[in-house]
Amino acid sequence: MFSHAKIETNTALLLVLALLTVAIGGIVEIIPLYTIETTIERVQGVRPYSPLELVGRNIYIREGCYLCHSQQIHPFRDEVERYGHYSLAAESMYDHPFQWGSKRTGPDLARVGGKYSNEWHVAHMVQPRSVVPESIMPGYPFLLDRTVNASDIAQHLRAVRKVGVPYTDEMIENARADIDVQQNPDADTTDFAKRYPKAVVGAFDGNPARLTEMDALVAYLQVLGTMVDFSAVTPQQLKQ
Amino acid sequence: MTATTMAVGARSESRELYLEDVVRVSMVLTVFWGIAAFAVGLLIALQLAFPVLNFDLEWTTFGRLRPLHTSAAIFAFGGTALIGSSFHVVQRTCRAQLFGGEPVAWFILMGYQLFIVVAATGYLLGITQSREYAEPEWYADLWLTLVWVVYLVAFVGTLVKREEPHIYVANWFFLAFILTVALLHVVNNLAMPVSVFGTKSYSAFAGVQDALTQWWYAHNAVGFFLTAGFLGMMYYFIPKAAGRPVYSYRLSIVHFWSLIFLYIWAGPHHLHYTALPEWAQMLGMAFSIMLWMPSWGGMINGLMTLSGAWDKLRTDASLRFSVTAVAFYGMSTFEGPVMSIRPVNALSHYTDWTIGHVHSGALGWVAFIVFGMLYHIVPVLWGRKDLYSRRLAEVHFWISTIGIVLYITAMWVSGIMQGLMWRAYDELGFLQYSFVETVQAMHPFYVIRAMGGALFLIGALVMAYNLWRTARGDAAPARV
Ligand code: HEC
Ligand code: HEM
Ligand code: HEM
Repeated sequence: MFSHAKIETNTALLLVLALLTVAIGGIVEIIPLYTIETTIERVQGVRPYSPLELVGRNIYIREGCYLCHSQQIHPFRDEVERYGHYSLAAESMYDHPFQWGSKRTGPDLARVGGKYSNEWHVAHMVQPRSVVPESIMPGYPFLLDRTVNASDIAQHLRAVRKVGVPYTDEMIENARADIDVQQNPDADTTDFAKRYPKAVVGAFDGNPARLTEMDALVAYLQVLGTMVDFSAVTPQQLKQ
Repeated sequence: MTATTMAVGARSESRELYLEDVVRVSMVLTVFWGIAAFAVGLLIALQLAFPVLNFDLEWTTFGRLRPLHTSAAIFAFGGTALIGSSFHVVQRTCRAQLFGGEPVAWFILMGYQLFIVVAATGYLLGITQSREYAEPEWYADLWLTLVWVVYLVAFVGTLVKREEPHIYVANWFFLAFILTVALLHVVNNLAMPVSVFGTKSYSAFAGVQDALTQWWYAHNAVGFFLTAGFLGMMYYFIPKAAGRPVYSYRLSIVHFWSLIFLYIWAGPHHLHYTALPEWAQMLGMAFSIMLWMPSWGGMINGLMTLSGAWDKLRTDASLRFSVTAVAFYGMSTFEGPVMSIRPVNALSHYTDWTIGHVHSGALGWVAFIVFGMLYHIVPVLWGRKDLYSRRLAEVHFWISTIGIVLYITAMWVSGIMQGLMWRAYDELGFLQYSFVETVQAMHPFYVIRAMGGALFLIGALVMAYNLWRTARGDAAPARV
């Protein structure tokens, strides 16, 4: 008969068996997510973040916004009414890392893009209680004071390309210039708009002469959830 | 396994053999990190009740302090306690000095402290990967990988050179903890640094795959860091303090293997109703429910070890904390499987209910099992007959128990209320509450939670004083 004494008197055996035991579950669950093609829905419109949006996204991560805000709408009636269409896997396929969150101290932000004006966001970020008196969100007035240099933005795009986001050479070459274009309402945006369809252009913090962290963060908030046009999506495309 | 190896309390030990300085220092650090973690926890609890306490400064906002709290609690307080106590336990149950001797032991402990300090200062400066419980950036991760591999080698090396025929059950759990955390850490932190001179990196994974990798990691940080490691602690210190062998050898075997097998599968219960494909969610739910059984196997083994020695609960501070810890472990491992059932999770997810569940495990199980360990190990390590004051230990026990009860009941009420308010409709079929109305409704519960946290912190300060006087060898005045 099998005796456990064999295992508990042999360090190598205990080590190997424990390793095998803990390896199985992860392998069975994670690998199929890469091999089953329908894991990511086949919807149109999801594109890599523009350089300014990417800078904003990194500020979002830096400030720990994800600790109070989710970006993942569940397919329930109340959530869809409150926040919009439920979230698709495709919508975060270029998110390194994902920002789904696990706590809603504040509302879901998956589709906050276009919900408020830039001015509202700036006032809210500087002092949330100036626009929503009962809010418990921290104020971030320093975002208006901190300028963005972003001289290494091309390097960021290259790093993200290495992990799988399809930035083209053209996007990388123009990365720094595209930042200035996106936050200047008077700039020529023809090429930029081809590279990053539907990107919102504007002096996000109200001052096109200065590129601040507030510009970047608001640009990121304004793109959230806007890439997929749900009026054109068929149920077939949503099948997982 | 023979009865002799189970009865760890029976043998006389030759203490010169063992490295004890490093264990002593790790216990001092454990107390320090515990107090730091509880204090930051109290601060962020107060920030949620009174947002002015964010001070509008970049270094002090909730978003930067919360990872400081979770890392200080889990990795600094919990991790240092695990490293110190595993050194203590593996040496004594193997009757061998730690493999590699002093230099290796100090490298592990101090290398780990360096990791913590680098990670923690990084959070304040906004350096984070935004992966819950894996926030440190790539350079800190690489350093931790080195330290952890040395830890694994030292631990396994000690098992190999043991003088005892059998490997004691506590060591199975410590080994599973060290091994699995190495695996989880390496995979989950795969990332592409922007430059070798910068702090920023981008995760190797994206979107849905990234989410599952991260929660595979984070759930098993709970399973192997916060559970298996501390079960190792339980399997040494409860039998030791009770002076009795572990209740059931057979149960130890069954629950060990089933626990480590099942835990790994349960990660998807953090991703119910998300864009993660449904088959994965179902697997996560099924394995989470099964996990209830091995979890309670551990609880029963811990509690029943006291049979015939229940009277010691009245006099032994260490046992009182450890046994209460095991009871809380039983409670949170019952609650967890319930919350992993999809319709229940539809209500609990995103709410304070999760926070309540976390802290019934974190305060009730993790912190209490550490307190129990400390009240036992400090007199042993410093060669004292007893604690400085049993009365103060009793005060600590009651203050912190009340603190936990305030914390978790407040979170249950606020969590369920929040979940119900979000989905409430009025007669006309409109959503009844705006989001901010639900925020407002949480306020009283956030205040109660902070009061619970304050009590817990005060209790820990009382403990620190008591342990310090014990280490100094002071005798308590008669009435204290
Ligand atoms: C302590 C938790 C907390 C943190 C951290 C936090 N928020 Fe909030 N946020 C809230 C709460 C609560 C609300 C709802 C009340 C309000 O509108 O201010 C909110 C609302 C919002 C809204 C309005 C959403 C809507 O649909 O009305 C936006 C946008 C937002 N936050 C962005 C951010 C960003 C960006 C960050 C990081 C820089 C951040 N928040 C950090 C708690 C937080
Ligand atoms: C005085 C004691 C403590 C207090 C007051 C406290 C308070 C808090 C608060 C306010 C939060 C944030 C909740 C939110 O975002 O809504 C939190 C999160 C957390 N704390 Fe604590 N805490 C304490 C002790 C501990 C200990 C000892 C541990 C672990 C051993 C711990 C582990 C955690 C974890 C893991 C989270 C994140 C939970 C999640 O993301 O779901 N805490 N704590
Ligand atoms: C049988 C055992 C357990 C099961 C099945 C379980 C299950 C769960 C579930 C379903 C959630 C909520 C996920 C969500 O909706 O986001 C959760 C969260 C959590 N649990 Fe447990 N739990 C168990 C034991 C424990 C123990 C002992 C601890 C120890 C401290 C713990 C710590 C946590 C933490 C830290 C989280 C929050 C994660 C986050 O969102 O950041 N759990 N658990």
